[in-house]
Amino acid sequence: MTGTTAPLSAPGAGVGRSGRVALWLRSVRTGFLPILTVIAGLILIWYFACIPMNAQQSVLLAERAGQTVTPETAADRRGMSGAAIALRNPAAAMASAFVQDRPRLPAPHQVAAELWGSTVGLAVTSKRSLVYHAWVTLSATLLGFAFGTALGILLAIGIVHSRVMDMSVMPWAIVSQTVPIIAIAPMIIVVLYSIGLQGIVPKAIISTYLSFFPVVVGMVKGLRSPDAMQLDLLRTYGSNQNQTFWKLRLPASLPYLFASLKIGICASLIGAIVGELPTGAVAGLGARLLAGSYYGQTVQIWSALFAAAILAAVLVGLIGAIEKVLLRRMGLNA
Amino acid sequence: MTDTDLHPWKNTPGGPEGRGAAPPSVVRADGLNLTFQTNDGPVHALKEVDLSVAKGEFVSFIGPSGCGKTTFLRCVAGLETPTGGTLTVNDMSPDEARRARAYGYVFQAAGLYPWRTIGGNIRLPLEIMGFPAAEKKRRVAETLKLVDLDGFEKKFPWQLSGGMQQRASIARALSFDADLLLMDEPFGALDEIVRDRLNEELLALWDRTGKTMLFVTHSIPEAVYLSTKIVVMSPRPGRISDVIDSPLPRERPLDIRDSREFIEIAHRVREGLRAGMDAV
Repeated sequence: MTGTTAPLSAPGAGVGRSGRVALWLRSVRTGFLPILTVIAGLILIWYFACIPMNAQQSVLLAERAGQTVTPETAADRRGMSGAAIALRNPAAAMASAFVQDRPRLPAPHQVAAELWGSTVGLAVTSKRSLVYHAWVTLSATLLGFAFGTALGILLAIGIVHSRVMDMSVMPWAIVSQTVPIIAIAPMIIVVLYSIGLQGIVPKAIISTYLSFFPVVVGMVKGLRSPDAMQLDLLRTYGSNQNQTFWKLRLPASLPYLFASLKIGICASLIGAIVGELPTGAVAGLGARLLAGSYYGQTVQIWSALFAAAILAAVLVGLIGAIEKVLLRRMGLNA
Repeated sequence: MTDTDLHPWKNTPGGPEGRGAAPPSVVRADGLNLTFQTNDGPVHALKEVDLSVAKGEFVSFIGPSGCGKTTFLRCVAGLETPTGGTLTVNDMSPDEARRARAYGYVFQAAGLYPWRTIGGNIRLPLEIMGFPAAEKKRRVAETLKLVDLDGFEKKFPWQLSGGMQQRASIARALSFDADLLLMDEPFGALDEIVRDRLNEELLALWDRTGKTMLFVTHSIPEAVYLSTKIVVMSPRPGRISDVIDSPLPRERPLDIRDSREFIEIAHRVREGLRAGMDAV
């Protein structure tokens, strides 16, 4: 009954392989091409947007270089929109739209070059290395994520098993997420500092604050996902609450947990970055954003933003990979 | 044990009283009542239900939706608490009987855990009841053989057809060797061809193991084909309208369904169902 593989592979082996190639080609055509087209489109829009965004400065540079521009003086151009200036001085606006030191909107290649230069081009121990700053933020993110996940799972277990907790904890959990994190982060830092906690822990706690919530919501739903029939079945075995949890509720909740973890890790990263903003932190992606805005280093801001986005994508991808492996080993098709 | 020990077919439909020193009842209900309090007022799910099931009987419960057949089964399993009357399982209360592992329950949906293999699913009750490891292994292998699923131990539920999944769920109910099997429309979601085969297999299983079966169904042919006793129920309030002791022999090939006796019993069941509906 199980010998189904042998007869299929022998005569149709070549067919199978070419089929696989065809499938791969199709997936390239239907998978990569549209994605690449969209990316190319976005980059094109970005480049195009640089022209009016940087026109003010471009035209000023042209004026200083002795070219005639309209209107002639910077004072006359002050109230005009970038688009209007670019339309009146197309050559000047085009000439230096993508090469300024401190553009209002840096061009994609400037951001890419800065990203490359501050990751690959520098030793990771350098204070300007984005790898170093990303690691500072990442360590707080991971610590906060671990706290948040543990807290979220514990709260969800309590909520599912106790009606009192369900009624009392859930509203507070929801209220906690309606407070803007940017408002509460400085207070958390100050309060924790006054009891002697500083460094990574306050940032991690802000991450915890943001990341426990999706875990609570997802796990409550997941732990409650077994239907009445499955719970009745365990009752007929005389199963106690503990056994019901480990044998049924917990495994049934795992797909929900992973969905929550993906949201949680992103929230955690945002928490860590926000935690770096109000403290005058000298290290971390948030500190890098802040320093960039102090000194008008837009390229630095954008490269820090992209570093954060790439970090988030990698983290979500990692959780997705763990999810895939774990659920497949459990026989669940994720 | 001989057939007559197991199947006191001589009982009159009037009730079990005339039996004298008959074997003790596996399930016995006297004046059983169950009223659910709902927002629309009380609902009489069961009213004055009297029933006695002897060891080794195959009892089918048939009736339209809302007649209380599933509710009665759930009462036997201790999943519902009757509001009146007495109910004993092996001379114990349903709760005690559950602790004594007196019954296995099969639901309409197989309800196998998708994250456990077939073997793992059958092992589930054994794990909860704390059987030793070697015993678990032996019983899983044994019950898999009993339902003709040996070789599928390492497969996951989604790799099996609906009929095979339901066989695995029966194996799960059999694994801890309860003498009583409660089945709530176990084949209700399967197509007729698969259903016929599983019915045949269930009869063979019953014959081999000598277990007592309580079987809820919507299907008249299924009830007549399987049962030694057919309990016809009617709704609002849920009650027993007829108890039919089947004169069919214990050996039942599928084509017995074309026999005169079979058709007569089916006719009586249908009449009972109709009478129950008219009385409402």
